[in-house]
Amino acid sequence: MGTAGTIIVVAIIALIVLYVIFTYNGLVRRKNQVEEAYRQIDVQLKRRYDLIPNLLEGVKRYFKQEQQVLEEITRARAEAMKPQSPREQAQSEARLSGAIGNLFAVAENYPELRSSRVLLDFQEELASTENKISFARQHYNDSVQEYNTKIQSFPAVIFARAMGFTEREYFEAEGPERESVTVSYD
Amino acid sequence: MRGAAEATFRERIARNRRNSLLLFVTFLVFVLAFGYIIGYAWVGDPAGAFFGLVIAFFAGGLSGLLSYYAGDKMVLAASRARRIEHDDAPVLFNVVEEMAIAAGLPMPKVYVIDDSAPNAFATGRDPEHASVAVTSGLLEKLDRDELQGVIAHEMSHVRNLDIRYSMLVGILVGTTVLIADFFLRSLWWGGGRRRNDQGNGQLQLILMIVALILAILAPIFARLLQLSISRQREYLADASAVELTRNPKGLADALEKIAKDQEPLEVANRATAHLYIVNPIKRFEKHSRSLFSTHPPIEERIRILRAMETGGVPQTGRDAG
Repeated sequence: MGTAGTIIVVAIIALIVLYVIFTYNGLVRRKNQVEEAYRQIDVQLKRRYDLIPNLLEGVKRYFKQEQQVLEEITRARAEAMKPQSPREQAQSEARLSGAIGNLFAVAENYPELRSSRVLLDFQEELASTENKISFARQHYNDSVQEYNTKIQSFPAVIFARAMGFTEREYFEAEGPERESVTVSYD
Repeated sequence: MRGAAEATFRERIARNRRNSLLLFVTFLVFVLAFGYIIGYAWVGDPAGAFFGLVIAFFAGGLSGLLSYYAGDKMVLAASRARRIEHDDAPVLFNVVEEMAIAAGLPMPKVYVIDDSAPNAFATGRDPEHASVAVTSGLLEKLDRDELQGVIAHEMSHVRNLDIRYSMLVGILVGTTVLIADFFLRSLWWGGGRRRNDQGNGQLQLILMIVALILAILAPIFARLLQLSISRQREYLADASAVELTRNPKGLADALEKIAKDQEPLEVANRATAHLYIVNPIKRFEKHSRSLFSTHPPIEERIRILRAMETGGVPQTGRDAG
């Protein structure tokens, strides 16, 4: 009884320790995945901020009367680049998308501009960057969903919080973002 | 519904990883046993069996290693694909990048095949070594949403580790055919010296018959297995593609356009046909419900995608086997 009992107890403890190690590593992996996904959104957002000045420069000489459209984009870009919470970020990004959408709508009135390489190239690059942003968000949300589910599920829920794993916030406003993409792309 | 979809794609990766390992072990055992029996039957003693075993091991091992590490380059070269960068085809490159981001994968290499038949495939043993190839016909004939659907389908093959799995199946089939062919030819050239004096002539005769049957049937079964896996994973990749794009219509429209197109793809052959999103050898695909087709019937794939479109909820299609 003595030795057999000891072996069983040691085996059970070893199994529990192994389980905790595997779960911990799994949680770390998912947490890193979430952070990686979040960085990817930033990369794409930054790419879009970098594209915009070039677009405005290329478009400026075509239309003179539409100054407020260009100013609106510049303002929305500056607003979006400020550090802010994910929720505010989503809102200011939506405003920026709207402003860019306006520019393409107005460009319809300028046949010369409409058919120019400058606009077509930027239309593709911007549309693609907006897609990349929304796909990066989609991937981020998927990763968050997976991570949150993991730390909320039994039995990881017992010790996940104690080990410093907390729920992450979703990126909202996926819907309207996606729509503005289809509007701006021809 | 995102949760369910996410779980199934994780399961799919895990299953493909598990199946790959299982297949590799089966492959090893199968090739060695095959070599052993043929060696024994041919020479007629255990030394011959050992000889057959060693030959099978090296033939299988060599072709296996070569395919695993250089298979993608061979396929791309055979398909006359040329590597492109962003400025060569901005829309294609952007769409691939978008889908890589959606799948959370590194950017694959992008190739174009100069052929007017619309088609596409992905290759590479893991997401770090993946390549996506599309024909110039596909770029001309599809709009952006449709192209996105096709690329999403290919990125799903990459993400689900389908490519590694089907490559291992391909190696198994190839080696089986190679050994069987070697054996049948050797019979033709008068192999199989009988050593009746050693008293195991009868055993040798039985093994000869077993080997003969194996040599005829094994390649057929291996090929059928390969084709059934190939058909099944197309449905799964369609479903995963919708997971990425959240837009079943793009892929459904693309498949419809590709199905209507009657141009054959010149660079495709029987060895590479199963890689493509739609069977490039149209002539064989007229009645595609047969056991010998590489792809499921395209009308069926379109029907499932259309059902997702109207249902709104992305479902994983025929998520079997």
